[in-house]
Amino acid sequence: MMKPRLAARLSSVPQFLIGIAVVGECLVFALLSPSFLTLNNFVNVALQIAIYGILAVGMTLVIITGGIDLSIGSIVALAGVLAAGLLEKMSGQPGLGTLLAIVAGIGTGIVSGSFSGLMITRLRVPPFIVTLALMTVCRGLAFIFTGGFSIGNLPLAFGFLGRGHIGPVPVPVVMMILVFLGGHLLLSKSAYGRYIYAIGGNEEASRLSGIHTKRVVQGVYVLNGALAGLAGISLASRLGAGVPNSGLQYELDVIAAVVVGGTSLMGGVGSVGGTFWGTVFIGILNNGLNLANVDPYTQKVALGVVILLAVLLDRIKK
Amino acid sequence: MALLEMIDITKRFPGVLALDKAHVSVEAGECHALVGENGAGKSTLMKVLSGAYQPDSGLIRLDGEQKHISSPIVARNLGITMIHQDLNLLPEMTVAENIFLGHEIVRSRLGWLNKRTMENRAEELLESFGQGLSGRALVKKLSLAQQQMVEIAKAISVKSKIIIMDEPSAILTDRELGELFELIGRLKKQSVAIVYISHRLEEIFKVCDRVTVMRDGKTIQTDVTTRLNQDQIIRWMVGREIEQFFPSDRSIPGEEVLRLESIEQAGKLHNINLSLRRGEIVGLTGLVGAGRTELARVIFGAEPADSGKIYLGGKPVRFRSPRQAIDAGIGLLTEDRKSQGLVLGMMVRENTTMANLSRLVRRGFVDVRSEREVTSGYIRNLLIKTPSTEEKVRNLSGGTQQKVVLSKWLFTQSKVLIFDEPTRGIDVGAKAEIYQLMWKLVAQGIAILMISSELPEVLKMCDRILVMHEGEITGELRREEATQEKIMALAMGLQQAANL
Repeated sequence: MMKPRLAARLSSVPQFLIGIAVVGECLVFALLSPSFLTLNNFVNVALQIAIYGILAVGMTLVIITGGIDLSIGSIVALAGVLAAGLLEKMSGQPGLGTLLAIVAGIGTGIVSGSFSGLMITRLRVPPFIVTLALMTVCRGLAFIFTGGFSIGNLPLAFGFLGRGHIGPVPVPVVMMILVFLGGHLLLSKSAYGRYIYAIGGNEEASRLSGIHTKRVVQGVYVLNGALAGLAGISLASRLGAGVPNSGLQYELDVIAAVVVGGTSLMGGVGSVGGTFWGTVFIGILNNGLNLANVDPYTQKVALGVVILLAVLLDRIKK
Repeated sequence: MALLEMIDITKRFPGVLALDKAHVSVEAGECHALVGENGAGKSTLMKVLSGAYQPDSGLIRLDGEQKHISSPIVARNLGITMIHQDLNLLPEMTVAENIFLGHEIVRSRLGWLNKRTMENRAEELLESFGQGLSGRALVKKLSLAQQQMVEIAKAISVKSKIIIMDEPSAILTDRELGELFELIGRLKKQSVAIVYISHRLEEIFKVCDRVTVMRDGKTIQTDVTTRLNQDQIIRWMVGREIEQFFPSDRSIPGEEVLRLESIEQAGKLHNINLSLRRGEIVGLTGLVGAGRTELARVIFGAEPADSGKIYLGGKPVRFRSPRQAIDAGIGLLTEDRKSQGLVLGMMVRENTTMANLSRLVRRGFVDVRSEREVTSGYIRNLLIKTPSTEEKVRNLSGGTQQKVVLSKWLFTQSKVLIFDEPTRGIDVGAKAEIYQLMWKLVAQGIAILMISSELPEVLKMCDRILVMHEGEITGELRREEATQEKIMALAMGLQQAANL
């Protein structure tokens, strides 16, 4: 039984590498800024990456099937404004309103994900095109619904989702950790997760092995949509408002985190663990550069370079 | 002096000697047929000539001068063009754009395209073939026959001296075929040499001057068509001694497990009737494109049949997906392991359990420990050469990969296994192992439908042999009465010749 374990360890090398990169990055920033290595700052970083982390788990599954989802940033906004709109209508019953707002937000994501999934699996439209279209549609709907303004004055109960704490830990961070754990178990331990890899690796062979490929792919887009809805509620709660242009370009940041975490855009390869480290890496990079007083424009250049380096490293390894 | 001489061309692929000192000479103004069974080396030889492959040894002379054809571009510049069966045109471009692709006519050194001249030239060329096509027509709007003419026009426009046509008749109706023959006649008068690859012997007698027969990578004979008949050519094509090797303890096949009645699939399958019994190996042979793989996919639920009935264990079944077929006990070892049979980036373990993973799920999670045990069991029983259950399938040899596919279907407890070209791309030693495994399986009561183009293999393995030709089963031969000649005749749709 030595051999399998050794092989398993070798196959997790990409996560190992990104882990080292995160540690190295921390060392550099710790030297550059005295306030970097503080508990307070780490909680801060965790809070900053929470929304991206939730989204990145769904995106990892989508990308492993060989797909892509560009609509999540817009779903975040649409879910947020619909939840906020509902809360405004039900301002008399904040408790029930909050519950319904959560259902409405996640429901928005599920409906959008179902739509993408159906177009992709039944009508064979490429994921890029379907979700690109959905991206603009959802963004447009968010603006139509609000008339272009934010919907604020949300009840305290709802604010707990974005600004509350459980013990010392912010609620969004708890949500992110749960989503990462759930995603990891689903992908690496369940039969469904195995099918996701198989489809990304070879869809025809999967179909001929009796895997219901359409159902599996459909499910992945629905799940991804649901997570986008959840992220939307969390963001609206944190902002204290449903904002129609929130979540702008989140899809690109999230894809970057997933790719830096070692998931291949060709499908079939990747892991939730890798995505976790990818998200952390980019989160710390942004935070560290901020603390080191690097101006935001230079930060963007640095981020781009890092993404390229990560992917190049992956190439060289192969 | 011959226009083209290919001398002692040898080409080896991993595990296969594809060309073994092949020798062909072609005269200017000649139509030269190249025939042989699937895998005899015709395409490989022509790919060497057209620069797609480099031979390991041997030489090529054009007009007596030795040439090194290092790429398809070199071949084109030497006047050698290959017209592939699946035409190589750009459907979204016009006829003229396609014909002049890569050697466009330009106005000046700046490279502005001279569209009108190209269109006129294209039309003139096609006119000279008797094809009144517009140079501005989009290729995707043309019929297949017209597209083929455009391909030939393209070959002429680069002043080709040798045009290789790979199965040109496969996509043509009878009338269109007549037009093609006329055009070949015209090209011959212009001293263009044609190499004509075809399975249809009657065409060869109509249009070709000489025939070269290939078998097992060797060129067996070249002779003038008028001195030959079909039987002689078939004998050269198959003429090899078959080692008879069959397990003596073969049990008598049991009850019927699978029956097909009048299966139809538009344009692909016609009136297919077939029966398969427990412990029996039935061969399904024929030429490439005869509909064997299509039939396998219908049985497996991967493609729907238009009509007809399938019975499994006496009960009528209708599979709408491979899942249903698998659950009913059917397994399909696809012809192309890499693109359809395996997920190459996944481990042996994951590929083995893929079709029946739910059996290993405990409380929502895959029980990886039992999965390893199951896989190790198959590795021992089937002698799978892999360092561990965790090895990526990509790193294994062809024969070993085939065994992994087989363990996948054993894990689903298949009662009927369809082997589609089970030994393709597998070296000789591994082939023998696959045969042994197949015999072991039928001894355990599994029924096997074996699709194969390799006649010696079919004759060696099968209790009965079904032969397909253009979507129909043209004959059934019992093991005792089957010969390569009879099978070949049936595969070419020549029932009379088979009764010899």
